[in-house]
Amino acid sequence: MSKLNLTRRGVLKSGAVAGAGVALPTIFTAQSVAAHTNEPTGSTVTLGFNVPQTGPYADEGADELRAYELAVEHLNGGGDGGMMNTFSSKALQGNGILGKKVEYVTGDTQTKSDAARASAKSMIEKDGAVMITGGSSSGVAVAVQALCQEAGVIFMAGLTHSNDTTGKDRRANGFRHFFNSYMSGAALAPVLEKMYGSDRKAYHLTADYNWGYTTEEAVKSSTEAMGWETVNTVKTPLTQTDFSSYIAPVLQSGADVLVLNHYGGNMVNSLTNAVQFGLREKQVNGKNFEIVVPLYSRLMAKGAGANVKGIFGSTNWHWSLQDEGSKAFVKSFGTKYGFPPSQAAHTTYVQTLLYADAVERAGSFAPCAVAAALEDYEFDGLGNGKTLYRGDDHQCFKDVLVVKGKENPTSEFDLLEIVEVTPAAQVTYAPDHPQFSGGALGTCNNGA
Amino acid sequence: MEAIILQILNGLDKGSAYALIALGLTLIFGTLGVVNFAHGALFMIGAFCAVTLSRILTWSHTVIDETRTDFLGNPLKVEVPYVHDIFGVATGDAIIDWAVPLAILFSIPVMLFVGWAMERGLIKHFYKRPHADQILVTFGLAIVMQEIIKYYYGANPIPTPAPSAFTGSFDFGAMLGMAENQIIYPYWRLVYFAFATVIIGAVFAFLQFTTFGMVVRAGMADRETVGLLGINIDKRFTIMFGLAAAVAGLAGVMYAPINSPNYHMGMDFLVLSFVVVVVGGMGSLPGAVLAGFLLGILESFASMSIVIDLIPGINQIIIYLVAIIILLTRPRGLMGRKGVMED
Amino acid sequence: MFGLDKKDAKLLLIVAALVLFAPFLLNPFPTDSAMAQFNAGYPDLMQRFVIFGIFAIGFNILFGLTGYLSFGHAAFLGVGSYSAVWMFKLLSMNVVPAIILSVIVSGLFAVVIGYVSLRRSGIYFSILTLAFAQMSFALAYSVLTPITGGETGLQLALDDPRILGVAQTEGGNIPVPGIFGLEMRSTAELAIGPWEFVFNVGYYFSGILMLAAFYLAIRIFRSPFGMMLRAVKSNQQRMSYTGLNPKPYTLAAFVISGMYAGLAGGLMAAMDPLAGAERMFWTASGEVVLMTILGGVGTLIGPVLGAGAIKYMENIISKINSEILHGWFAFMPDGLEDLIVALIYPFIGKGWHLTLGIIFMLVVIFLPGGLVEGGQKIARLFGRKKAADDETPGKSTEPAE
Repeated sequence: MSKLNLTRRGVLKSGAVAGAGVALPTIFTAQSVAAHTNEPTGSTVTLGFNVPQTGPYADEGADELRAYELAVEHLNGGGDGGMMNTFSSKALQGNGILGKKVEYVTGDTQTKSDAARASAKSMIEKDGAVMITGGSSSGVAVAVQALCQEAGVIFMAGLTHSNDTTGKDRRANGFRHFFNSYMSGAALAPVLEKMYGSDRKAYHLTADYNWGYTTEEAVKSSTEAMGWETVNTVKTPLTQTDFSSYIAPVLQSGADVLVLNHYGGNMVNSLTNAVQFGLREKQVNGKNFEIVVPLYSRLMAKGAGANVKGIFGSTNWHWSLQDEGSKAFVKSFGTKYGFPPSQAAHTTYVQTLLYADAVERAGSFAPCAVAAALEDYEFDGLGNGKTLYRGDDHQCFKDVLVVKGKENPTSEFDLLEIVEVTPAAQVTYAPDHPQFSGGALGTCNNGA
Repeated sequence: MEAIILQILNGLDKGSAYALIALGLTLIFGTLGVVNFAHGALFMIGAFCAVTLSRILTWSHTVIDETRTDFLGNPLKVEVPYVHDIFGVATGDAIIDWAVPLAILFSIPVMLFVGWAMERGLIKHFYKRPHADQILVTFGLAIVMQEIIKYYYGANPIPTPAPSAFTGSFDFGAMLGMAENQIIYPYWRLVYFAFATVIIGAVFAFLQFTTFGMVVRAGMADRETVGLLGINIDKRFTIMFGLAAAVAGLAGVMYAPINSPNYHMGMDFLVLSFVVVVVGGMGSLPGAVLAGFLLGILESFASMSIVIDLIPGINQIIIYLVAIIILLTRPRGLMGRKGVMED
Repeated sequence: MFGLDKKDAKLLLIVAALVLFAPFLLNPFPTDSAMAQFNAGYPDLMQRFVIFGIFAIGFNILFGLTGYLSFGHAAFLGVGSYSAVWMFKLLSMNVVPAIILSVIVSGLFAVVIGYVSLRRSGIYFSILTLAFAQMSFALAYSVLTPITGGETGLQLALDDPRILGVAQTEGGNIPVPGIFGLEMRSTAELAIGPWEFVFNVGYYFSGILMLAAFYLAIRIFRSPFGMMLRAVKSNQQRMSYTGLNPKPYTLAAFVISGMYAGLAGGLMAAMDPLAGAERMFWTASGEVVLMTILGGVGTLIGPVLGAGAIKYMENIISKINSEILHGWFAFMPDGLEDLIVALIYPFIGKGWHLTLGIIFMLVVIFLPGGLVEGGQKIARLFGRKKAADDETPGKSTEPAE
């Protein structure tokens, strides 16, 4: 454990005071010695991995943590190097970051914004973390991103899909590699049109919180644009576990498509309930009744079991992709842990590499320098094809996958199959798109 | 009209789950005077009995299939359940398919044992302790049980489907001469409702018509006097605790196909089940059942989109709102007795 | 001293000394040692200790004295936080008006909820408070999103219409909360040899308020009013027969304890200007109940100890991961190291809940009076009577059955 100055500002450098000498505390010094918060001065640099370790997303958090450990191993020159070999930038040498060995601390977000901020704060204040990353929900991502902005460290978001993270709640110190609700809608609509036709009546069940709202809006507007009609949208409480009373009226409404804007446990339960009601065997308006899940994850697919078969959705990345980057990542992750990585693992691994690479290219750990190196940076070889980290909102633009629940899975990880890789151009939007309005990045903060 | 019939069906189904849990909780609450925060965990353990049995039935050995490869390009390892080897593929699959109903038999001894062990090992020492201590110790126990399950099964929900004979839904509307698909209801939920009715009926019959039940009811009403009569009420209370655990466990087993079990499903139900019990009235078994169905039906009505459009957010708070109204108009809930847990 | 008798004054001084020297007491291990993992002396956690201490002290005024078990106290904490953040957004980044408003608003909230809920007693009262808190949570998370920020919580933005003060700092950032220009996050650091100690403005600000809250609690415990509240607990009927109406006393206790919770909520927002709806979830209400019972119901210092213990577990034990464990036991032979790590691992890091559950059970089984009783036992072991508390915990909490 190496711990450096603990504070954000007003730092008395500790190194100078050696031995038994008692330093007089100069309280509230305005001048600072460090150039930025938690500037690493020793031979190591500490990253903070803040993931859910308890609560419903604990398994997703565990997978993120595996990916982080793998990334740290690769950055320090261990293992087979994974995606560092396929990454278009060759700045990373396998000797840590800027020659400093990468160390890390972990914390538990509990998928609660308060707990996540407490954990991130302890990493910044106690452990001297210079970058915080991770998380498995948008509420947590937005909360921690704001904290990192204030504290003057970089935040590399983990799994967060709400438009708000890089929309109305965007921050200059925060970066998101994961895709968002808008992209899901834009990628799904053409596939849905091709599969189910343009004359459909959709019924939305939406989780009653921010992520649900943005996803509903995105899917609704992109499906309506191709001619679908939205029959009804109903909000369901977050704490709901039994969705029968929401699903039962669907058929009466005359709808022939059910869109489940749910994530995690909500999605597992609502999908299971919908399939139980036999919706998928029904004929409405002379068409087969269909169910759509805008955001898929493998863990959710696993929880819903056979119910996902044939159901369309979108995902950020999938291990069956055949590009060199994905293959290299799947190989090193699979060799180390014995099963293929999830999309959460992929995005967190990539975020760590991207951060390290940006530091190398900037030649500094200072958040503003790192942010400048990431902004409008184009790269390739990390899965998802050619990718742009847009400077206007710190969102990555890359290919989005439309997937379908697999009919005959060969293992418990082989649950989804890729239907289409939607090119980045098709999911790109203007920075001032109405679904993303109302926020401003502000200026980057170096902290101390 | 169709919508209302449908939501009544829904409410009965939801209500039967609430009623089953509340019934077990009242048995402990009302008879033993113990605030059992681990009751939700018992429900969860019941559901995991179903998961465990289906794990046991699908216990497999691996066979290497050279013709196919896994994600790393190595030959694919195919899991072959032992039941396939023993009974052949067709019978084996049928047994696996029926894991949940079979788990009923599996869970009864497990839950009776868990209940017995809890009461003898822990709860027994807390009858005379303040409710605050009971809350702390049972909450601690609930966390421990939860974490043990999480350690072995992970945090992700585990799909535990009903037998394929029960998939799909029954068209009530067509039966009543309405158009197709107006009132449909899944078979398994109908089974759940019927099952709950049978269990509730059995518990009542047991308490009403057996000597044992008579003594326990007497003990609920006046424990000291029953003790003075020379009846060993403690032993009977142990059995009651086991019974309550079994009721909670059975509710959990049958619930597994409705929502994939996960380790914190007990906590999700805990608060709700306390509300149901209190709305029903402390110490009243019929009250608990009545409140369970009442809240289930009202919750279903509140989730109709016309109602939500009229009063936004009503579906979020209906249960609590009803609880407040009932407790303010009827001081001891629907059927509560005077003096039980009122101080 | 301060109108307290000698024993209470001593207790107050001890607590004041603990608060003052916490940065030293909580950082007992040199920063480069393996034990540094257990250091808790960093600003955020120290702030949490005293803030949750205030919350638990307030809860204990209601529960410890009157025996009324509120299961919805987190609602007041949440309301306090929301009011404080709105004050930051609309008025000024100064914490004083924010905290005053949060105490007032949560007090008003407590009057309404208390007035309704106190019409019932026992478990019926608990369920009523629980129902109000759950309704607040559910609405704040969903339909009230424009006021509460919903899932992402209520936070400051770059375009807040702050009347007194600027919307953005010169650097283009959101200003941070402070007291008359002194930022809550300002920190000074003292290094003595390999030790490092951190002194944070926000911590001392909260610490002073906690001492004030603690002092007030002692006064309430010792006052005739406190006597009345105890009478409510021991026998309400007898109290009414003597011609006293218990209702106003209980309501007053409820409102006071709601205001304590509001103060805690306001302070949380002052330390970290974000208010999330989960603060009002029933588990948060349950947490303060557990803190109070764990520490010792009805004792003065108990709730503070309970709050500290739970927050310590949440923030320190949860951060120990397998890599750190391997680091600790690296001196052992490989096989033994792996074995020891495998044995400990389920209880730390992601398994911190398990440790918490086990501690709850152990404490309540072996120390019926909570941690305070543990302290008394230890003190007795060393042959001197500890005069920290006047109550005999455990017995005093016996509800009338």
